Amino acid sequence: MSKPFLSIENLTQVYPDGQGGDLTVFENANFGVEKGEFVVILGHSGCGKSTIMNILAGLAEPTSGVVKMDGYEVSGPSLDRGVVFQNYSLLPWLSTLKNVTFGVAARHPEWSKAQVVEHSTKYLAMVGLEGDVIHRKPSQLSGGMRQRVSIARAFANHPQLLLLDEPFGALDALTRGTIQDELLKIWSGTQQTVFMITHDIDEAILLADRILLMTNGPFARVAESVEITIPRPRTRTGIVDHPNYYAIRNHLVHFLGERSKELAGQHTDGPNHPTPVRIDKTQATADNEVDTPRPLRAVNS
Amino acid sequence: MNTLSLNQRAALLSVLLLVVGLLAWELSIPAQKAVEELTEYEILTGAGSAKAGVPPPSQVAIKAWEQLSNPFYDAGPNDKGIGIQIGYSIYRVLTGYALAAAVAIPLGFLIGMSPVAYKALNPFIQVLRPISPLAWMPLALFIIGDSEASAIFVIFICSIWPMLINTAFGVAAVRQDWVNVARTHELGHLKTAFFVILPAAAPTIVTGMRISIGIAWLVIVAAEMLVGGTGIGYYVWNEWNNLDLTSVVFSILMIGVVGMMLDSAFGLLQRTVSYVE
Repeated sequence: MSKPFLSIENLTQVYPDGQGGDLTVFENANFGVEKGEFVVILGHSGCGKSTIMNILAGLAEPTSGVVKMDGYEVSGPSLDRGVVFQNYSLLPWLSTLKNVTFGVAARHPEWSKAQVVEHSTKYLAMVGLEGDVIHRKPSQLSGGMRQRVSIARAFANHPQLLLLDEPFGALDALTRGTIQDELLKIWSGTQQTVFMITHDIDEAILLADRILLMTNGPFARVAESVEITIPRPRTRTGIVDHPNYYAIRNHLVHFLGERSKELAGQHTDGPNHPTPVRIDKTQATADNEVDTPRPLRAVNS
Repeated sequence: MNTLSLNQRAALLSVLLLVVGLLAWELSIPAQKAVEELTEYEILTGAGSAKAGVPPPSQVAIKAWEQLSNPFYDAGPNDKGIGIQIGYSIYRVLTGYALAAAVAIPLGFLIGMSPVAYKALNPFIQVLRPISPLAWMPLALFIIGDSEASAIFVIFICSIWPMLINTAFGVAAVRQDWVNVARTHELGHLKTAFFVILPAAAPTIVTGMRISIGIAWLVIVAAEMLVGGTGIGYYVWNEWNNLDLTSVVFSILMIGVVGMMLDSAFGLLQRTVSYVE
């Protein structure tokens, strides 16, 4: 089996627990992300999702283990790995447009100023920000608009890997829906590789090709890798009618509600690989399982 | 009254307070008796000669008109126009202040970015900061040997601390998110410092600069009283020695006006660098 585009190998994070001992957040985590794949990681707070994200972004160093992208080991932050932070992280003293041009200019130092502005304006328009709005300061924008700017900034740079750290966590449900649609629209145009954290199961099903499920910490593991067997293009209203939707959703709810606790705190020595899970009710053999989402067929690849 | 805006009402109250204050001041100064009204005893005890007293505001206004209509005359070392005196003071303040900023802001950056530098330098700062700037004067006069340079040194030493402490604090308090934005965009150290940390810390730094210029203007008056020669502080002391209280009151007012102008210049700067999160 060839190595995936992004490969996380034996990643372990240990923090001092403040009482002289050590706290293992997760250990020996192994998983991969293919090029052009949209992978979402789901798990409870404290399981180390954000730590994994920071390690992928190069903002934090793991205790041990490596992250390889395109065969090369990741070390330190890079323009090849764009990040959309939960709290938007726009620079408040710059206008909306300048918040994007600043990133584009860093990515393409050889471009003329006009080129940078044109490229940035194009990406802001893609998330619905046009006209006078782009000359406003972030403080004059709503939370949803700020996150759009942040998404435009990340996409405008064409990173090889886009990291989204709970990008819609601070938004109200309606705004969240609109921006999810916009994100899907931009993403389908670029076929960007995306790795995203979320708490929201429906959001994960709508956006992801594959969902990684994490058990609770300490000793958290990436326990399962659930394939989302709902064809694209997806819409918020369309996916709920798909026969696989509730089967997958129930599986995720059961995992987060019960099994994430049952599987937690287990120290293991070897490398941990997530168990691939494929739920597909559209196939004839699965017809009799419609009302009982568990036990599930776990197909090892 | 309700038709007036808040600002208009405030302005009206200000004018009223000014008029009442000036009137009370004018009326509280007893008029000097003319020589003919004095008894022989009073004349013998010297009451007839012009007596130094606190001047009424009308006299101060006349003095101000005289001085301000010809602020730059120079009639020898003890008789220079108010404009020249204030000019000397501003020159000293700005020179000492600029030197202090040139040291304090880069050093503050270093202290703010490096916890080791902060811990290492903090004890020195804490001991040096509370020293009255005038206490340095004898040492400065002895080592530097030049009274002009000593005055500038005193301004330097008094205005360095608020700038240093505020810069260090502002730089250390820059949100990690913004630094992370710089890091994920592969900005180098210098670019991060100029494009992210400096603008992020600018409001705090300028607040320190504003406090410093205020202190520098307070200190220059006292320093010039000590070193003498020129400057608004020397002017006040010289007029006291001349028992010309009208000039003393006038120059006190001028110190206030110039101080206010320096402060509002920095207030303007503060507004341009401020941002809302």
